[in-house]
Amino acid sequence: MNKIAQIFDSLDYGPAPEAPDQAIAWLDSKSRKFGHFIDGAWTAPGRSFTADNPATGAPLAEITDGTAEDVDAAVKAARAAFKSWSALSGYERGKYLYAIARMIQKHARLFAVLETMDNGKPIRESRDADIPLVARHFYHHAGWATHLAREFPDHVPYGVCGQIIPWNFPLLMLAWKIAPALAAGNTVVLKPAEFTSLTALLFAEICERVGLPKGVVNIVTGEGDTGAAIVNHPDIDKIAFTGSTEVGKIIRAATAGSGKGLSLELGGKSPYIVFEDADLDSAVEGLVEAIWFNQGQVCCAGSRLLVQESIEERFIAKVKARMAKLRVGDPLDKSVDIGALVAPVQVERIRELMKKGVAEGAVVYEPDGQLPATGCFLKPALVTHVSPANTLVAEEIFGPVLVAMSFRTPEEAVALANNTKYGLAATVWSENINLALDIAPKLKAGVVWINGTNNFDAAVGFGGYKESGFGREGGREGMAAYLKPAWEKGLKAELAAKPVAAAPRNPLDAGRLDQTAKNYIGGKQVRPDSAYNRPVLGPKGDLVGEVGEGNRKDIRNAVEAARAALGWGNAAAHARAQILYFLAENLDYRRAEFAARIRAQTGENGDAEVAASVERLFAFAGWADKYDGAVHNPPMRAVAAAMIEPLGVLGIVAPAARPLLGSVALIAPAIAMGNPVVLVPSERAPLSMTDFYQVLETSDVPNGVVNIVTGDSLTLAKTLAEHDGVDGLWFMGSAEGSAMVEKASVGNLKQTWTSRGLAYDLADPRFAGDYFLSKATQVKNVWIPYGA
Amino acid sequence: MSLKIVDTKSPQVTHKRNPGYPLDLDWVERVRMNRSALERRANTIGARRTVKKDYQLAWLLKAITLIDLTTLNADDTPGRVERLCAKARHPLRSDIVDKLGVSDLRILPGAVCVYHSFVKTAVDALAGTGVPVAAVSTAFPHGLAPVETKLREIEMSVADGAQEIDIVIERGMVLRGDWQALYDQVKAFRKACGDAHIKTILGTGELATQTNIAKASLVCMLAGADFIKTSTGKEKVNANLVTSLTMIRMIRWFAEETGIEIGYKPAGGIATAGDALKYMALMKEELGTHWLQPHLFRFGASSLLTDIERQLEHGLTGHYAADYRQPMV
Repeated sequence: MNKIAQIFDSLDYGPAPEAPDQAIAWLDSKSRKFGHFIDGAWTAPGRSFTADNPATGAPLAEITDGTAEDVDAAVKAARAAFKSWSALSGYERGKYLYAIARMIQKHARLFAVLETMDNGKPIRESRDADIPLVARHFYHHAGWATHLAREFPDHVPYGVCGQIIPWNFPLLMLAWKIAPALAAGNTVVLKPAEFTSLTALLFAEICERVGLPKGVVNIVTGEGDTGAAIVNHPDIDKIAFTGSTEVGKIIRAATAGSGKGLSLELGGKSPYIVFEDADLDSAVEGLVEAIWFNQGQVCCAGSRLLVQESIEERFIAKVKARMAKLRVGDPLDKSVDIGALVAPVQVERIRELMKKGVAEGAVVYEPDGQLPATGCFLKPALVTHVSPANTLVAEEIFGPVLVAMSFRTPEEAVALANNTKYGLAATVWSENINLALDIAPKLKAGVVWINGTNNFDAAVGFGGYKESGFGREGGREGMAAYLKPAWEKGLKAELAAKPVAAAPRNPLDAGRLDQTAKNYIGGKQVRPDSAYNRPVLGPKGDLVGEVGEGNRKDIRNAVEAARAALGWGNAAAHARAQILYFLAENLDYRRAEFAARIRAQTGENGDAEVAASVERLFAFAGWADKYDGAVHNPPMRAVAAAMIEPLGVLGIVAPAARPLLGSVALIAPAIAMGNPVVLVPSERAPLSMTDFYQVLETSDVPNGVVNIVTGDSLTLAKTLAEHDGVDGLWFMGSAEGSAMVEKASVGNLKQTWTSRGLAYDLADPRFAGDYFLSKATQVKNVWIPYGA
Repeated sequence: MSLKIVDTKSPQVTHKRNPGYPLDLDWVERVRMNRSALERRANTIGARRTVKKDYQLAWLLKAITLIDLTTLNADDTPGRVERLCAKARHPLRSDIVDKLGVSDLRILPGAVCVYHSFVKTAVDALAGTGVPVAAVSTAFPHGLAPVETKLREIEMSVADGAQEIDIVIERGMVLRGDWQALYDQVKAFRKACGDAHIKTILGTGELATQTNIAKASLVCMLAGADFIKTSTGKEKVNANLVTSLTMIRMIRWFAEETGIEIGYKPAGGIATAGDALKYMALMKEELGTHWLQPHLFRFGASSLLTDIERQLEHGLTGHYAADYRQPMV
């Protein structure tokens, strides 16, 4: 039988290779040796490492391992370019971004083939997903550049941005970093991942060809040490990192106290929830994209399947049948679904994790079929008989491995979905819109896909909750991450208050009935755990009262109470507004008493501060139902709803000055947006806030929404920073204290805001606006495709 | 050797015909179809699976065997039908067959599909080829004639020698959710067909939603359909990959529940070899390779054949081919 007749019978697919010739010619034209791209020029190749094709093991090129000196040269070039680049009109910058987008489209296939050779991902993905999204990102941000002045008034770029990107979407992550940074007027020093530098280097060539001013984009290749040199460089203003949570924490600790802006897009273990009323076959197909796209090497991979028990057996059978159809092999073959993992070390890592999971009782299913004899290939795997305690359920595998569990009720689905330190993405399948839209807000994740998965667009922000990082990429919120208020650059150092020595006193001189100011936790006045009190002195050292000496356990109890009050975030915004108005009303009613207390503690005019505090409460009552989200229009038949959600439990360490306003100006935006608060009031003058709990009690504030612990600010701040149950922490105090807070926050990567010893004047009306609202919230983008 | 090929090509022998099942309205109500997700799957199949070189030639030869070569125009005449049947006897130029070395495969279309008036003409013109004649029936394309008339039309076509009957359903029954009426009518049609195979044309372009299409597919299969077919070719929207995915997933579900394999026939608007390959890839991925046989899959098309011939010639010569050099359909 001739070959055609044989195929006529078997109907096999046969090979369908994409030719690598042009990519090889490009590599050869560079003699397969690359230096860095610094200040618009190529450096001579230095000490290097080899970039391999993970599908074949064949070496592709020699990549220079960047030194601290290389990084320094790149930062100097970026600094030199910043002044003129940021001074260009948005329109002028937009034109460069537009030119880059055009060039990427023109050379799309070369980029795609090169990406596949370097990374191992199937050509279908690099061709149909990665590169088109790259072009789209530059187009979108060309528009942002043009409209920047109008849309972000009184904002300025950070300056020089250090950007470190991963190997799973090499060029796409470059685009996500460089496009908004340049649109905003920043200049950049970018380090691609050591496994995948090639498309970044081709991109540098594009920058040359569009005539991008020298120094605006600098590409320094290298390994971990090169990245560390960027992170620690003193003249970099902002670090943007995408990669593992482990490295993200190192970067958070390293930049603590430096004043560098920071955005982190880290790992995930995203849930994929299938309800019994879903279109099951479509949910299976979505799952293929969720976990087997890019060999599962996706930070937002839907790697935890949660399927309703009533359909579990049927659904798992469907998944297994679908897995048998996945074609694993040469990533340059157009009909291949799963290509090569990026490097042997990753394959080993995944195998080790699998061994561990199996030892803990997991059962692994892999479809029949042969893998290529060489190269970094793994079969798709489905892991069952696991619970949240299994390593494979808890850890990010970053490979083609799906873990499956079942649930009984929507409530249990949410509980299992949120039972993770990560919070990047989540998927919900149900044909019942009521159910789907009920679940989406309950999932602690920055992106929720309903009846779909892996939807990405430049107009829609992407980024995580919890240990999946902070900051968003894409959309308005992504632009905001590369801008800061112009006035922030002009802040002066706060003058330290002169310490006051206690005057000689006789407590019996008080002449008033003794007051016992306690902590306020869960709606109750409670004595400090330590059973010690600390004196509060007036401006002349006179004793004006005593407050509890709060300790770790008081903070622990306060956080417990705040977590129990997280439902505050689900209360209607109108209801929160009403309570804030009521607080303002009741504080105003006791104006004279609060003014007197301020005078007693500080000697300053209390009337003005009380009036400002009442006004601030009133202002944020007004904001509660107005600082809301947006509906985006991604290029598909879907709405993407950008929902504004509270961070969760917010720790607030108030400044020493302004005993009342210093606390009120911070808790008002926090609770207006639905965050329960643990407040450490002014260490020097805490009595205004211990008085304030009587206002809280009379204003219908639910128990646990505002908790107050008095004591030593730094000690209590450290406990709050280290507490994994605290989702965000605002600290107003010294530069050293700020650095301590940022460093101590790495445990759960809570979002921090610190004053770094600078003189923020909380009485300034600018703080009655969105400055703190944006810091009290995070954006969740919910994708809702539609169509009958 | 050639005998062996014929053997492997005849799984009809073991194919179990759909006996029909009671109408299960609970099942019908369990159907869920998400249009956006179906679109994402269906519209990327061509980018996920492709066949090249010899594989493409072999797949296109297979595609010819899956074509219901069709003429369904108001101005059809016996002469026109005879020409179509002549093409069915020799769907490929003999020089192409020889160069491909596949004369042993006896490449013939799946059927010739005509109006009732031309069944006899076609049966005579195809005598000895083994190519069955299919008749569109039951007041094609609208289906809105008295049921007695429609049953009689089926009986007459069968009497004239039609081995396959393509009936149309009343779309209004679907839009009103009157599944019982649809079931009863299709069941009656099936009975009237006797040994002739029944393809039920849903008129998917007029059923409004993917869920309706899926439910109508299921009701027709329960009523005893041998094939479910998308379109008459006369609706504004004919066969497409999304609707196909909806229907073949219902076929898969039906097979899972009953063990019975139902055929699928997209019709209308499938004109290029590239389109045909996408449909075949979708069938292979969703239902399996063995569904790519004439007893389980047909294209309702006519100009498709010419385009396939051109692609085959191009594959052989490396030159692009012109349609006028292929004997017209």
